[in-house]
Amino acid sequence: MAEIVLDHVTKRYADGTVAVDDFDVRIADHEFVILVGPSGCGKSTTLNMIAGLEDITEGELRVDGRRMNERAPRDRDMAMVFQSYALYPHMTVRENIAFPLKLAKMGRAEMEERVERAAGLLDLAPYLDRKPAALSGGQRQRVAMGRAIVRDPKAFLMDEPLSNLDAKLRVQMRTSISRLQKNLGTTTVYVTHDQTEAMTLGDRIVIMRAGLIQQIGPPQELYDHPRNLFVAGFIGSPSMNVLPARLEEGRLRTPIGDIPLRGRLRRAVEGPDVPRDVIAGIRPESFEDAALVHDADGGGTFTGTVDLLESMGPEKLAYFTLDTGAVRSEHLTEAGGEEEAGEGCQLVAQLDPKSGARRGQPVRLWYDTQAVHLFHPETGENLTER
Amino acid sequence: MNRGKGRALTEGQRAERRLGLWLCAPAAIVMVVVTGWPIVYSVLLSLQRYDLRFPEDKAWIGLSNYATVLTSEVWWNAFWVTLLITVVSVAIELVLGMLLAFAMYRAIVGRGLIRTVVLIPYGIVTVAAAYGWKYAWTPGTGWLAGLLPEGSAPLTERGPAIAIIILAEVWKTTPFMALLLMAGLAVVPEELMRAASVDGATLWQRFTRVTLPLMKPAILVALLFRTLDAFRIFDNIYVLTNGSQGTGSVSISAYHNLIGGLNLGIGSTMSVLILVTVAIIAVVFILGFGTAAPGSER
Ligand SMILES: Nc1ncnc2c1ncn2[C@@H]1O[C@H](COP(=O)(O)OP(=O)(O)OP(=O)(O)O)[C@@H](O)[C@H]1O
Ligand SMILES: [Mg+2]
Repeated sequence: MAEIVLDHVTKRYADGTVAVDDFDVRIADHEFVILVGPSGCGKSTTLNMIAGLEDITEGELRVDGRRMNERAPRDRDMAMVFQSYALYPHMTVRENIAFPLKLAKMGRAEMEERVERAAGLLDLAPYLDRKPAALSGGQRQRVAMGRAIVRDPKAFLMDEPLSNLDAKLRVQMRTSISRLQKNLGTTTVYVTHDQTEAMTLGDRIVIMRAGLIQQIGPPQELYDHPRNLFVAGFIGSPSMNVLPARLEEGRLRTPIGDIPLRGRLRRAVEGPDVPRDVIAGIRPESFEDAALVHDADGGGTFTGTVDLLESMGPEKLAYFTLDTGAVRSEHLTEAGGEEEAGEGCQLVAQLDPKSGARRGQPVRLWYDTQAVHLFHPETGENLTER
Repeated sequence: MNRGKGRALTEGQRAERRLGLWLCAPAAIVMVVVTGWPIVYSVLLSLQRYDLRFPEDKAWIGLSNYATVLTSEVWWNAFWVTLLITVVSVAIELVLGMLLAFAMYRAIVGRGLIRTVVLIPYGIVTVAAAYGWKYAWTPGTGWLAGLLPEGSAPLTERGPAIAIIILAEVWKTTPFMALLLMAGLAVVPEELMRAASVDGATLWQRFTRVTLPLMKPAILVALLFRTLDAFRIFDNIYVLTNGSQGTGSVSISAYHNLIGGLNLGIGSTMSVLILVTVAIIAVVFILGFGTAAPGSER
């Protein structure tokens, strides 16, 4: 168990690629931190630098205050779980789990006891004498976890450990990883590109993009207060709706109606460098079927024809096409990726299952105007959060 | 793979199998004609008294040629020399080959150059290379002989001559070993090495506990190929010593009896014995160590 500090760490590969740029995070003891971001943003590189599998070009890595930059992976006392699990195919499950202990020259009795305990925690007891080739994907994943927890390391480093599992198993393993980490209290850095995993697992999330940290914070904070358009688009599923908007006297013109500039919206647009054309963001959850809203104060309404209706069980997702061009921004392309190729501006609203909305029929929606975010069209900065 | 054991084949599978056999047939026929027949012919010759110097004495004599060879001191001397050369050279080749394989596989700069340089000895005709070694060790003119004390002629003494034969053999075939081993190295996933180093393994532990076990199939295949090859050693010895001073291998003995002595019976007997030994080596490797042909699953 340990505190891990990445002090302005930069990674430049031999070919000049800057994979991680000025990464500066303090990970507290016992903390579960998620590194999330689109493919190629430098998550694995960061994790490998912590593990010692990649050299650090600039900056310092400290564990419990001690500089680690020059230490070999074996002297860092960290355990890693790989996406491919990286189990040793010539060893049985027992030997795989015991491998780190054997290398540490642990006594036979204690080694066996520890392996049994880890196997018990992960329900692996019946498979201890099998080779990895004779295991299912989920079981292999658990063996990889077992190999990590068995030695009681200073930290767990996990690189997309669940991405090779099917959806159901992934949810199951997600909960057990979360429970395991809470019980063991081991500092954990977990890499994923899946925003749901990020939201559900971590104490804190670090969102990266092209080697740069975009925002650090607890899941709810990132969800409620995204610092920029990229974070807003990345966190949340379905993604936040983004609409072109124009600032006019005392109100904001959007394709879903005019919104009075009051309170935080007013303060947001008061700055000197705010252009007239901005980007408005509103989460699908901020909509509701107007027929089901009784206390409609502080909200706007909008009537549209439902293109497509998805019943998810506890909610309905209604899709609309607005008669305005979609917002084009470099801050969005990498993030959600959900944007339809079509020209029209898409809108998704999450409605109560009792809603009477039907495909092809017009429906009147209510939305919470106070939940609207405004973004700078060029920098992507969230104007409502500065 | 479907072994077809206890399971009825569908019409399609049977047709496919038939087509497979037809496609293999030309190669199989050529094999039978060019290798099968000479083997059968050698066996037939080995059962006869047949010396071209006394053709009228030709007769079927059963296994007595085998008795003659197997009780001959010359044969056993050749056999042990061959075994010694085989074991020592293959062992050295394995170690050197492994080092070279790593160098070729890991090289970051000049990878192409290193691979080419390593392969040069393998590209030179054995006889030409053997003459190179012979001149190098010839007293008075050779550059290697010049390094030795005055008056020594290594190729005329048994021990040094065998050492030189082994050296020539190792120099010539290590690249082949390295190439086979490199193919084995390439199948060890990089991620396992990373996992092992995080798990606390040193470079040496990663090699012995992960790389070697995973390379075992490739190592066994390389050893099998090289052992079979080394046991039949001929050209290096032929050029370097021609088998004098008790440095001849079994192949050299067979050659001397067949071509030099024109004794087809005894020469063929020796050839058949070499074949049998080689077959035993192969069987030991395949059944004893579980060596699998490259490409087949465990
Ligand atoms: N050995 C290398 N040499 C040069 N560039 C590299 C090397 N390894 C990775 N990169 C580059 O560094 C960047 C970050 O890579 P990294 O593997 O950390 O991404 P990632 O966030 O883990 O992506 P993914 O989600 O696809 O795993 C990428 O642009 C990649 O092309
Ligand atoms: Mg990665």
